[in-house]
Amino acid sequence: MTLQQRYLRDRLIVALTAIATIVVVAPLLIIIGYVVVRGFGALSYEFFTEELGSPSRGMMGRPTGLVHSIVGTVIIDLLALFMAVPVGLGAGVMLSEFPEHPLNPPLRILASTLNGMPAVLIGLLSFSLIVRPMGRFSAFAGSVALAFLMIPIIARSTESVLRITPWTLREAGLALGLPRWRVTLSLILPASRAGLVTGTMIAFARAAGEAAPLLFTSFGQNYLNTNIFRAMDTLPQRLYSLAISPYQHWHDMGWAAGIVLLVFVMSIFLTARIATTRFARWMENRFND
Amino acid sequence: MTEVNTEVATGVRMRTESLSVHYGPAVGVRDVSIPIYDRSTTALIGPSGCGKTTFLRALNRLHDLTPEATVTGRALLDGEDIYAAGVDPVTVRRRVGMVFQKPTPFPTKSIFENVAAGLRLVGIRKRETLSAVVEQSLQGAALWNEVKDRLRTPASSLSGGQQQRLCIARALAVDPEILLMDEPTSSLDPKSAASIEELVKQLSESLTTIIVTHNMQQAERLAKYTAFFFVGDLVEFGETAQLFEDPREERTREYLTGVFG
Repeated sequence: MTLQQRYLRDRLIVALTAIATIVVVAPLLIIIGYVVVRGFGALSYEFFTEELGSPSRGMMGRPTGLVHSIVGTVIIDLLALFMAVPVGLGAGVMLSEFPEHPLNPPLRILASTLNGMPAVLIGLLSFSLIVRPMGRFSAFAGSVALAFLMIPIIARSTESVLRITPWTLREAGLALGLPRWRVTLSLILPASRAGLVTGTMIAFARAAGEAAPLLFTSFGQNYLNTNIFRAMDTLPQRLYSLAISPYQHWHDMGWAAGIVLLVFVMSIFLTARIATTRFARWMENRFND
Repeated sequence: MTEVNTEVATGVRMRTESLSVHYGPAVGVRDVSIPIYDRSTTALIGPSGCGKTTFLRALNRLHDLTPEATVTGRALLDGEDIYAAGVDPVTVRRRVGMVFQKPTPFPTKSIFENVAAGLRLVGIRKRETLSAVVEQSLQGAALWNEVKDRLRTPASSLSGGQQQRLCIARALAVDPEILLMDEPTSSLDPKSAASIEELVKQLSESLTTIIVTHNMQQAERLAKYTAFFFVGDLVEFGETAQLFEDPREERTREYLTGVFG
């Protein structure tokens, strides 16, 4: 092979990689662009302050908006986060720090299975665990479903973050006569806190965009509600209902809901992203000679 | 009981009896029986991979964390087997401290908190007590004068040699009876290494120390007793002067004169 040919091959590979990159990035840009163009017109002050109400509201020109979906999303997502973080962290610690524990192998299998479980089935799980016994749809049931969605993601990211903390840190703690739980709590977890936060935020962003697990748990409604034991609305699910409705002005509001959801999820991802870079740099500074 | 008494009488602080460590089917170190004398330094020497570090780590049960490692035989601390059923490894490690090859300060903690970490764990919360022990330990590790004005700064801001002395101070703070050192100077520059050596020399007057070293001169300078390991076997144990000048074993002589290793 001549030098010329090698150069050619090199350029070919770079071109293929570039195409792959474009294929990955293009849909994202198209989604953002399309959603913004279609939905921007429906964004207004009322959109963030009024509840949706019945379809006639908009038709008759009365103010209508999605404040109830935005508030509901924040409540349900935060409640889910609150429930998922301790369980997810605990499971991650078990996976990483106690490999010899008899519960470790089954936990690993369960976490992987739950990770690959279709979101709608997770909704069904919460439906049978919470909605059926309580006899009503509730934001709480929706939060439980989202928490089940987050737990395996948090557990897995926690495990991988803890795995990259240096082994010597554990030995140094143990050699001092610290019991293992103490080493984990006061040395390992603090040393990896930035990575733990990042993993949690990624799980959070993932759950925040889900509609399927909420369909028959938090159910959704058209009016503002802050009682977590009643049906509550969320943006992803509202987007879906608006889109399949027969009203033009609701379709427009659906696009606007898309913008809000995009901004919400992307800002979480972005924060996680920045935190990750910081974390990597920080780890290098700490542990490299 | 009689065993304890004879040990005290002969000044033996720790004694291994046919101590072996296996990693799965592989031999780490085989059938080692040596005494560790009180308030003296014992050096473990030998070529890389000879099992000296493996042996050292068996003395404070650090192998417990490695699932595939199995330890057989006995390691008697004041006549009591640290591997006996019902012995808590945490208690053993509090009595037998360790300093590692690379300095391992706790990265998220300040200089003060690094030294105080072991004390907090045994429930000491009183500010004055902590301060007193931290100062005493840092002085014991010959680091106090360099850090006394910045105890609140992160331990990672220290130089490598200072970090290693910090680790020694941290180990001293919990008042161990025996201090294990795994090549404590090998990752340091000559000046820092010399200061650590000086420190070890001082410590051995009041503390029983066991040091793994690749540096033959270091063993000669520091240790009253030396054990020579080769491919998982203890070849020879004796007083350092005798072992270096007139080894009983041919393999020791060859190693010391640079025939191999």
